[in-house]
Amino acid sequence: MTLTLRSRVLILTAALAALTAIALAAVVHASARAERRDRVQSGGPQVTPGPVTLDSPGALVFRNLAWGPHRDELTTVPAAAPAGPRTASGVKCLRFHAAAGTGVCLQAVHGPVSDSYRALILDTRLKERARYDVPGIPSRARVSPTGHYAAWTAFVGGDSYAGANFSTRTALVDVRSGRLTPSLEAFRVVKDGRAYHAADVNFWGVTFASDDRTFYATLATKGRTHLVRGDLRTRTLTTLHANVECPSLSPDGSRVAYKKRVPGLPEDAPWRLYVLDLTTMRETPLAEPRSVDDQATWKDERTLVYALPGDYGADLYEVPADGTGTPRRVTTAAVSPAYPR
Amino acid sequence: MYVADSRAGTPASAEHAARPTRAGRRRTALAPTVLALGTVSLVTDVSSEMVTAVLPLYLVAGLGLSPLGFGLLDGVYNGFSALVRLVGGHLADRGGGRHKWVAGLGYGISAACKPLLLLVHTLTPIGLVLAADRTGKGLRTAPRDALISLSSTPETRGRAFGTHRAMDTAGALLGPLAAFLILRATVDGYDAVFTVSFCVAVLGVLILVLFVPATGPEAPPRPAPGSAPAPDRPTLRAALALLRRRDLRRLTVCALLLGLATVSDSFVYLLLQRRLGVPDRWFALLPLGTAAAFLLLALPLGRLADRWGRRRVFLAGHAALLLVYGLLLTSWHGAALPYAVLALHGTFYAATDGVLMAAASDSVPEALRSSGLALVQTGQALARFACSLAFGAAWTWWGDRTALTLSTAALALCATYALTALGPARQPGS
Repeated sequence: MTLTLRSRVLILTAALAALTAIALAAVVHASARAERRDRVQSGGPQVTPGPVTLDSPGALVFRNLAWGPHRDELTTVPAAAPAGPRTASGVKCLRFHAAAGTGVCLQAVHGPVSDSYRALILDTRLKERARYDVPGIPSRARVSPTGHYAAWTAFVGGDSYAGANFSTRTALVDVRSGRLTPSLEAFRVVKDGRAYHAADVNFWGVTFASDDRTFYATLATKGRTHLVRGDLRTRTLTTLHANVECPSLSPDGSRVAYKKRVPGLPEDAPWRLYVLDLTTMRETPLAEPRSVDDQATWKDERTLVYALPGDYGADLYEVPADGTGTPRRVTTAAVSPAYPR
Repeated sequence: MYVADSRAGTPASAEHAARPTRAGRRRTALAPTVLALGTVSLVTDVSSEMVTAVLPLYLVAGLGLSPLGFGLLDGVYNGFSALVRLVGGHLADRGGGRHKWVAGLGYGISAACKPLLLLVHTLTPIGLVLAADRTGKGLRTAPRDALISLSSTPETRGRAFGTHRAMDTAGALLGPLAAFLILRATVDGYDAVFTVSFCVAVLGVLILVLFVPATGPEAPPRPAPGSAPAPDRPTLRAALALLRRRDLRRLTVCALLLGLATVSDSFVYLLLQRRLGVPDRWFALLPLGTAAAFLLLALPLGRLADRWGRRRVFLAGHAALLLVYGLLLTSWHGAALPYAVLALHGTFYAATDGVLMAAASDSVPEALRSSGLALVQTGQALARFACSLAFGAAWTWWGDRTALTLSTAALALCATYALTALGPARQPGS
């Protein structure tokens, strides 16, 4: 290097000034978004604060994604008029589910240096009954049809750059006793009829039956996913079917809706919705032609509701559960739907 | 794999401090090149760890992707990165020392990847960008360590590498902090994080270009004590012939064997959590414990290595790792256990990571320094990768306790062999 020290320092100082300006501009630009986001967008759904309860029949509750002061809050609409005006509760959740007057709300807690996450168990009036630490970024939440059990899944990882060695942690709680199972990995796994141990086991997407004993979930190991049936009493998980992710049990307990990785589809959008009949083990592809990365919700015995990416983050769609018909948009700017029954 | 992946193969710089005219000052002052390279690494690690820290959040919360698929590609990246390191080492040696420019190319590629993250929104292209970033990391590691080694005297090399590793780790700890401060100040500020990360990376490249002298042919050859004179031209064959040198071969074989018994960081944290019931919310902080101990001890242990012998400190570091395994196997559930395990784990890195490079430098002629260091690093990295696979399989078949018992036995065995192969009797320059 033939430059003098003086000129080198000058070059560095100039570059430092330029780079600092660019970096500051990027931060200012991104923080200015807050203002825009707090303003109601014209044409978006109308949101007004009000009481939200988890025991009103005929209601749909979800996380509101529309810009404005009530963004990310749990809101309710009549299930018969889902695209209409919303009532916002003031409770913010990343993921949510509710049944029989019990809600589970996965929240971010903003700390001074990093975010942490927690799961709140909510009563009918959205009052906190219990709270648990969640070890990573929340992804799935479910309450059993009886309201007695709740489960959630978090992505744990991020300590290896470019490694992106993610794993999932699925927790289960008995709402009545408060007894927490921090990880489904504590359960015994029976795969293809034999006890199965592996370091790479991951579980996600629990869905409960109404007997307070049976549940279903995804088991991933060796690069494959399986549908497992869980037994809360024997603390056992048994594999039933391959290539199943994010199962969702129908209200009558006879079928499981899930996303299936279909060969030949793009690596970043590989899923299609299917319904599996648990008696005949027959799979039916649903009429949704897009890749769905969500745990679907049963609106009733015939209809499934799920989120797809939309202008505000996500929109809710519904499709018949028997493979017929066409998908229909339920409402925009919404995610994590629940039909509290 | 926090520490292992981000630091296992970071080579540093070359320095003109080696010039005979400055010989008198070498004992007191660290070569400016080492400090410059340390600064480059610190700044670059701030940049890369910023991205690391927010990447999962970005994928899941920002893009709504399920990031599990990445795990499968990870192994491929690891193997690839190790091979790229050999290429980087060889390129840097050819033509009489292009270390600075090959390292600069590596830093540049990684810097260019940051704005690309703003443009890609699906899993496959994101995977490709991260692979390119790893390629840059692989390329720069060996030339940078060669620069550090060439710019310090044999007596101060441990200290030089220790200083560099400490600065590097400081950057790794500051990066996530910077990222979360930005996320705190913004709304969904991932674009701001990537942009700032890019600016910081460019700054790192600039510091390298402006303040790190190139090792040119003008640098007089300084054969390491006890080694044969360097071959005339650093050909690929000459690089491979390095393994015919007894000293280097012994060291490489020992690093390889010990690497085969070095359980990857993520398994250590997982075992710690399972055995001791570390609460979930602390899990993400476990790597920080290791990094903090590494940061604090890298320089003191580097100095110790200069005085007491690099190979001895290297072996003592593995004794610390053996203690980690031992503690994880005991049934002691004391509150101090996680601290003890993480402190020892950080000690292991502080006593082995830079120290191994300092030790290897003793046995590699200057003209082949980069290739030689790359050879040792690649051997070690591939051995650790093989250990990860084997450990995962053993865990699957026999459970975590048996897997750890086997690793402990393997480590004790390899350490005993290394003790006889590298032991005090063969300690060069001590």
